[in-house]
Amino acid sequence: MKKREPKKRYVLPGDFITTAPLRLHGNVVLEGKRIISTTIGLSDISDDSARVISLTGAYIPKIDDLVIGTITTVSGNSWFADINSCYQGMLLGQDVFGRGSYPTATEMRERLNKGDIIFAKIANFDRQREPLISIADKNLGRIDSGELTGISPTRIPRLIGKRGSMIQTIEASTNATLTVGQNGLVVVSCEETNGLLKALAAIRMVDEQAHLVDLTDRVKKMLESDGV
Amino acid sequence: MGGREANVVLLDENGIRSDGRKVNETRKVTIKAGVLKNANGSAYIEFGGNKILAGVFGPRDVHPKHMSNPDTGILRVRYHMEPFSVGERKKPAPSRREIEISKVIKEALEPAVMLENFPRTAVDVFLEVLQADGGTRCAALDAASVALADAGIPMRDIVCACAAGKAGDALILDVNNEEDQAGQADMPIGYMPNLGKITLLQLDGVLTPDEYKKCIELGLEGCKQVYEIQKNALREKYFSSSDNN
Repeated sequence: MKKREPKKRYVLPGDFITTAPLRLHGNVVLEGKRIISTTIGLSDISDDSARVISLTGAYIPKIDDLVIGTITTVSGNSWFADINSCYQGMLLGQDVFGRGSYPTATEMRERLNKGDIIFAKIANFDRQREPLISIADKNLGRIDSGELTGISPTRIPRLIGKRGSMIQTIEASTNATLTVGQNGLVVVSCEETNGLLKALAAIRMVDEQAHLVDLTDRVKKMLESDGV
Repeated sequence: MGGREANVVLLDENGIRSDGRKVNETRKVTIKAGVLKNANGSAYIEFGGNKILAGVFGPRDVHPKHMSNPDTGILRVRYHMEPFSVGERKKPAPSRREIEISKVIKEALEPAVMLENFPRTAVDVFLEVLQADGGTRCAALDAASVALADAGIPMRDIVCACAAGKAGDALILDVNNEEDQAGQADMPIGYMPNLGKITLLQLDGVLTPDEYKKCIELGLEGCKQVYEIQKNALREKYFSSSDNN
């Protein structure tokens, strides 16, 4: 741990990070000349920027994030989806049926009904309105099968890993397919029960031990062992 | 809550107070973060005889909708004493005192929390006093800021609080219930230690200008002691298992 200290440190809100003139990258604030942390997490100073990798907190939508949502309302020309955030995702009918089309209520419900799980992209989000989501892209749309599970949204970068290493580890050793939303929801689909259980256990492990250093190795070890 | 008792010895000739503390000593403080599963953030504090539970929800939808602010998130605080928290049953409805304390705690937390990034939402803080023993507003504020940090609400600093006061003609730190009832002054202080800013300052009683300055200094010392305990509570929840590595 000692040799990592100058770069990555555990910090709490109000903790001093550095006085160097760096770009503020996230979860930090400038007070005078001092950069201080605004959340519980790991401080990370790179060449030109300072940030804190948060260990807690809710999901706040960001443009181009991929999220998993549950349809909660079907209205005349739009759907509303619960995207595990304080804001509801709004999916417009024209995004699905094409511009200038006027789908009937039945057509709307046939395409996506209340309770359906969708994999969507945050198309637009500003301070004024609910985030606009879109399923008009390949790989996006309704998810028909799989096991929906959730972890803290702050753990998602760990679940994906460096260049997707963690996800690849889990998928390779369980034959499962993971659909990961930035909002903390994950759909696991797997033919074999054992693989499914193992994948779920691995996801739970990431959630609980996200702040530890050699997490990929630990998960690998767990997946290689027989018991779940 | 009770009249003044004249026969209580608040400070003996050796400078020892009615509960055996020195003048510049706080009561025993223990804080535990993350005690409630259904809240986004929570904390439990024991501040001497005070036992307080804090739960934080949000950012979440604002109801009633007219309270929401399109420019920023809002902070709402409810301080509430349980009917069994004091000697004689307290009516559970919010009293004038509880409404006032909710307001001062909210105003003490507002300089610390940064809700600009969550427009049209609310962060709700619920503070339940399970057992009261003087100085509940400070203890509740301590628990509230730990619970807010636990919920991941962006904060400029953790707010810590401790009271100072005057009893038996001496300035004392962390006024307990007897000293509050029979003493000469009670001054709760809320403080952001890293920014060096005071967010709560009240005074009930009479102090000379000189005593007033010393009282604040004494109170800030107490705040800093509480701050260490708050930090340890959060470290224990988030960083403790990694110490084994």
